[in-house]
Amino acid sequence: MPTRTQLLDDRAMSRALVRMASEIVERCGGTDDLVLVGIQRRGVELADRLKRLIDAAERVDIPSGKLDITLYRDDLQMIGPRPVVGETSLPDLDGRSVVIVDDVLYTGRTVRAALDEVADFGRPRRVLLCVLVDRGGRELPIQADVVGTAVSLTARDRVDVLVSELDGRDTVELTRGDA
Amino acid sequence: MTAALGKDLVGLEHLSADQIRLILDTAEPFKEVSERPIKKVPALRGKTIVNLFFEASTRTRISFEFAEKRLSADTVNVAASGSSVSKGETLVDTAKNLEAMRIDMVVIRHGSSGAAQFLGHRIASNVINAGDGKHEHPTQGLLDILTLRDRFGRIAGLKVAICGDVLHSRVARSNIWGLTKLGAEVAVCGPPTLLPRGIASLGVTILPRIEDAIAWADALNVLRLQLERMQTGFIPSLREYNRVFGVTRERLARAPKDLLILHPGPMNRGVEIDSDVADGEHSVILPQVTNGVAVRMAVLYLLAGGRAAPAQAARGDEA
Amino acid sequence: MKPILVRGGRVIDPSRGADDVADVLLAGGTIEAVGRNIGVPDDATVIEAAGRVVAPGLIDLHTHLREPGQEDLETIATGAMAAVAGGFTAVCAMPNTDPVCDNQGVVGFVVSQAQRAARARVYPIGAISLGQKGQQLAEFGELVGAGAVAVSDDGKPVMSSHLMRTALEYARVFGIPVADHCEDMALAEGGAMHEGIVSTRLGLKGIPAAAEEIMVARDILLAELTGGHVHLCHMSTRGSVALIRRAKDMHLRVTSEACPHHFTLTHEACEGYDTNAKMNPPLREAEDREAIRGALRDGTIDVIATDHAPHHYDAKEREFDDAPNGIIGLETALPLAITELVGSGLLTLPELILRMSTAPARTFNLPGGTLATGAPADLVVIDPDVEWEIRPEAFHSKSRNTPFAARRVRGRAETTIVRGAIAYQRV
Repeated sequence: MPTRTQLLDDRAMSRALVRMASEIVERCGGTDDLVLVGIQRRGVELADRLKRLIDAAERVDIPSGKLDITLYRDDLQMIGPRPVVGETSLPDLDGRSVVIVDDVLYTGRTVRAALDEVADFGRPRRVLLCVLVDRGGRELPIQADVVGTAVSLTARDRVDVLVSELDGRDTVELTRGDA
Repeated sequence: MTAALGKDLVGLEHLSADQIRLILDTAEPFKEVSERPIKKVPALRGKTIVNLFFEASTRTRISFEFAEKRLSADTVNVAASGSSVSKGETLVDTAKNLEAMRIDMVVIRHGSSGAAQFLGHRIASNVINAGDGKHEHPTQGLLDILTLRDRFGRIAGLKVAICGDVLHSRVARSNIWGLTKLGAEVAVCGPPTLLPRGIASLGVTILPRIEDAIAWADALNVLRLQLERMQTGFIPSLREYNRVFGVTRERLARAPKDLLILHPGPMNRGVEIDSDVADGEHSVILPQVTNGVAVRMAVLYLLAGGRAAPAQAARGDEA
Repeated sequence: MKPILVRGGRVIDPSRGADDVADVLLAGGTIEAVGRNIGVPDDATVIEAAGRVVAPGLIDLHTHLREPGQEDLETIATGAMAAVAGGFTAVCAMPNTDPVCDNQGVVGFVVSQAQRAARARVYPIGAISLGQKGQQLAEFGELVGAGAVAVSDDGKPVMSSHLMRTALEYARVFGIPVADHCEDMALAEGGAMHEGIVSTRLGLKGIPAAAEEIMVARDILLAELTGGHVHLCHMSTRGSVALIRRAKDMHLRVTSEACPHHFTLTHEACEGYDTNAKMNPPLREAEDREAIRGALRDGTIDVIATDHAPHHYDAKEREFDDAPNGIIGLETALPLAITELVGSGLLTLPELILRMSTAPARTFNLPGGTLATGAPADLVVIDPDVEWEIRPEAFHSKSRNTPFAARRVRGRAETTIVRGAIAYQRV
């Protein structure tokens, strides 16, 4: 019988985001060329929160955007029915420090797709990855630069990040599959 | 989850309102792809698409070609000519040859009504109707509806008058099906010689004069009048058609509201529509063309869909 | 040839108003006797017909046998076989062959091919005009002398009213009818189906009912003017029925026929662009179908004919616009007529036999259509009740172009006798 536990409650999530925001600024040496790009879906909401935190802390208004990677998925021919394609809108990326934001990092395939898509929009100076949860289980050589929390899970387990903007509450939940 | 389309897109007559909305909604992100510096996404990479055009058509073919290439598909254009009888190779044989070459999708334009369905029943590839005889031109209908939705925010309750040679128009039929399914009020307007028998049974009103259409509608879709209609006696002359039925600036000036003007192109300036109207502020003829590529990308994307069972990968909660 | 006794069937003979259980004795190629408990001659073949209908052989006034010229579609032999399998002891063959049947040579050829086939009788119909070009009259005298029973340019209408008038007047010399395919080409040109809401939906050019009715009206007026006998082929519209009814009330020499597809199907059969629903005149609206049925009941339309039109599979496997017109009908006419007309209670079996046997014989002045003593021994034994499914692959015709595949019907011919010999026996 699968067991469901809460990995982060709303306050823990909030604390993690505050720390991640300041780590991002630190890693990029400031906000001068910083751009946050959230991956559809929940990466977008997290990117928005990080932007607000960074804007408040540094008294700036950093550019941000959203990216839907559906059309770049490497399994597009195999899944069906056709997944709905969300909105993509990006500010200028050339020569910038682009921080890709997503909720969960697992196999790394979503990030690979995001990198391909970003490359079609421009040439950033560098790209960093920021995720709320790193659950291990990589299938590609991808690593996150800024991590909220890390857990080691098997393929039978799942992590769900819920955000109040979409789901009504903030939480990160862990469902462990049968042993 | 989604109101998936079948194997082929033959027309709008047998699509549900949900399916039409799915295509329109899917077209939205594809509009953005055409605005990018690199106008390409890998969604249909490695797919082979044949544009099989039995009737000459520059704009539709180019629009499909851009849609296909922007999805990273490989495209081949085949310009065949005329009917099976005059060509010497039947449509059946053409179909079988394509299938033997393992084509993924065929976009077909043909002079006989029913040709797209005929092809779709005989090959396993996806078949997209780019215009069959006088029957349907579904992607044109869809891009017209998308353009209306862009401007008005809705289709339900919208009053759309389709003006001109409805009898010979596949664009008119597709528009009628699509608009009525989405709840618009549709009227047709033209000389009785160019209105098909029993057209009212499709749920449209008949407006006898262009002035009536202009007074009533929120938008006019002005159909191209072909030269041969005059030669085969449906109307006495193009000049008379323009004087009696033309969409002119003077007539539009008397409209009670700001009408939107659509035209599937190519236009006969000075016949069904005057230049100052076509180039004027009410015209959305160019946005129609832009939407055309997005709509065709959406159709190709949706039809080329995966055939395996839905996987959790579609949930989007994993990276 | 040995005598044949058809025993114990329900003998329906509209020519004598007879409908009772009886035996029929055939000998020497003619009807020898009809009555109860006829003794069995020693060497006679006995056909037990209890529970069956015994009727004069069906006669089809309108078929296309495609020979000479298109023997891959049908030959006179295969067509004559299909005919007896459908219960027909005689068919009339339209002249739109290649070469056209407009001279005694082709007429003679058709006659001799039919004799060789030795199945149903085949009566040639000669052309009205040379080459069916609608310009110059063919030599009716020569045609009749070689065996033609009527003239027609069927396949095409006679567009020239002057030609139709002279044909009607000249045909009076030989006492033959002039059969017209009623279609105003100016209205019908390029049309692929009936002009109506279905053609609007399918985006196909339509043929309006008026295209037929204009020519029906013209032919009726010319029959009145000339005193000739005009036979109107394959009627399909309620307007035509109304015109013919008035002509009959005026006792003009106007006869007509209707085909099973026009009393069974409507233009809705063209949905999905099914080319097996493409014929000329086209399938019409439900009200037209009702009018045709009513006309067969009250005799406004005299006969049921098949307009049997074989086409190759490849030819019909085409875009709707390009596909040829026509369907086969010899082997589906009787079951459709029984199912649709008798099964619905519109006609009785005697009324049906009248329309398919006695009236055709009278209309074209042909032998048969009767079981009177001394008449030719052309007879059909019908099972009116058997329910079965139409399977084109079992047809005796060379062609398969029918919209009735897999249709469940009732009734069929079991045994067909021509000239006193069994020409078809269902196994």
